[in-house]
Amino acid sequence: MGILEISHVTLRLDGRPILNDLSLDLWEGHVHAIIGPNGAGKSTLASTIMGLPGYTQYEGDILLDGESLKGIPVHERARRGITLAWQEPARFEGLPVQRFITAGAKDKTRKHAAEALETLGLEPQKYLGRSVDKTLSGGERKRVELASILAMDPRIVLMDEPDSGIDVEALEKIFEALKQLKERGVTVVLITHSLTVLDRADHAFLMCHGTLLDKGNVEKIGGYFRNKCLPCDHINRPQKEEIQ
Amino acid sequence: MSTQNVVAELLKSIGVNPDHPFGDDVARIQVHQNHVVGIHLIPGLKVEADETKDGIAAHLLVEEGAVLKKPVHICFGVLPEEGLQHIQLNIDIRQDSKASILAHCTFPNAKQVEHVMDAQITVGPRAHYAYFERHVHGPYGGVQVIPNAKIVVHEGAEFSTEFELIKGRAGTIKFDYEAECRARSILEMTARINGRENDIIVIQETAHLIGEAARGALTSHIALRDSARAEVFNTLTANAPRARGHVDCKEIVVGQAVAKAVPIVEVMHPTAHVTHEAAIGSVDSKQLQTLLARGLDEEEATDLIIEGLLSKKTAFSSTLPLS
Ligand SMILES: Nc1ncnc2c1ncn2[C@@H]1O[C@H](COP(=O)(O)OP(=O)(O)OP(=O)(O)O)[C@@H](O)[C@H]1O
Ligand SMILES: [Mg+2]
Repeated sequence: MGILEISHVTLRLDGRPILNDLSLDLWEGHVHAIIGPNGAGKSTLASTIMGLPGYTQYEGDILLDGESLKGIPVHERARRGITLAWQEPARFEGLPVQRFITAGAKDKTRKHAAEALETLGLEPQKYLGRSVDKTLSGGERKRVELASILAMDPRIVLMDEPDSGIDVEALEKIFEALKQLKERGVTVVLITHSLTVLDRADHAFLMCHGTLLDKGNVEKIGGYFRNKCLPCDHINRPQKEEIQ
Repeated sequence: MSTQNVVAELLKSIGVNPDHPFGDDVARIQVHQNHVVGIHLIPGLKVEADETKDGIAAHLLVEEGAVLKKPVHICFGVLPEEGLQHIQLNIDIRQDSKASILAHCTFPNAKQVEHVMDAQITVGPRAHYAYFERHVHGPYGGVQVIPNAKIVVHEGAEFSTEFELIKGRAGTIKFDYEAECRARSILEMTARINGRENDIIVIQETAHLIGEAARGALTSHIALRDSARAEVFNTLTANAPRARGHVDCKEIVVGQAVAKAVPIVEVMHPTAHVTHEAAIGSVDSKQLQTLLARGLDEEEATDLIIEGLLSKKTAFSSTLPLS
């Protein structure tokens, strides 16, 4: 059984179905990738799983360990192990990096924060005393956010475009964090437009127009990329019978 | 209470161990109500203080070219529940000198205490002067803090002043600082205040950049909970070539609290430039959602965001050994 089941979820925003009868399962301890053109509904799916304000009125159901998440607020979902890394992380004026990283962690020590930072390739001595504000570059902030996720020890991590705005070297560090999550048995969802990131997944989903077009191994789903199926103009949409 | 005990109590209230207070190289002045209860000076620093009916009138002078390595420690306090303390302060930082002050204003038991400060501050040409004032108030909200300052920052001088009231109840704060900044001077004026229950905070910060290439930054970071109220009037004028100014006003409002901000920026020279940044309202939703997604509930997340905003120190105060 999957750790998280999305079952026939339809979510309307401004009356438009952004997620449209979407069903997919996440398997425990696996790294999943979700690809799909701009506007496919990938970030919306992440927000809906997280239960963010504005994304709670959906038809269908989302089950964590077989239990419905309907009506469960964001912080409670997080306490049950679900968390989200934003494509554009928030800035917190004046908030020290250490306080931010350990905000959701049981272990609030400097050592714990330092370890998480090191995994992301950020020198603790240089960063722990700084603030999570505009003085950090976009890429640094993204890595600090991932450090906060490592520190909280989650069960399911949704990463929305972890590679956007990230240089090659920093991407290696993000993959390092990914490896650590996988070793700990954490379930990961990588939302991405990058083949390099897709390659790190065990399994992939192709989304378009709020529905699942296909799923399977990374080779197969990556094929849509390589065949320039994306951005999807619906001409190359796989025939229904091709999707098992 | 003996003078010694008063000093000990004052120090304890601000978190300093009275048995090992300061080294001989640290200048200090301690004022309780209208008595100077402790004073220690170092070369380069002169202080004359007269006790008045309801406070003191003091003249503090840093001599020309003097460099005071460690911050001068000043403590103003009223230990009883009631009282009026009126401080008249003339601060004269002579040219080419360097000095800093770490001031504490402590009213730990206040139920009806009024603390009025009237200060004249002159920072001489090319002098560097940094002032940090931390308020330690008790839980009752019975303090009225009314500081007024007229400041002149001379050519090439640097002055930073910071007011912090985070622990305890603000009570009523009305402060009014006005600075004139001459050529190539740098001014930094910062207030960080935490208001709750029925606290009232009124801030008037004004800077006039009248000299060529003068720079000024006015910063007010305020958090308001319950039915606290705040009004912030930041005025920054620039009428000299290449003057640069920035106003930063952030107020986070929670519950029934009310915040008002009236920024005035006025530029009267084509090569002067003033920017203004303001955010007034509830906690930023992206910040909140990020922390909720780490498992903090809404109240914990709000507290952490406010803690961050209020702890943003200046270059000077971040070097101080403050708890
Ligand atoms: N609050 C909203 N109200 C109305 N429409 C919205 C809202 N949020 C998103 N949408 C629409 O939903 C669709 C899906 O958006 P979403 O951000 O989930 O796409 P995405 O797959 O993450 O795309 P990208 O690759 O560009 O990040 C888009 O057409 C978008 O315009
Ligand atoms: Mg997106």
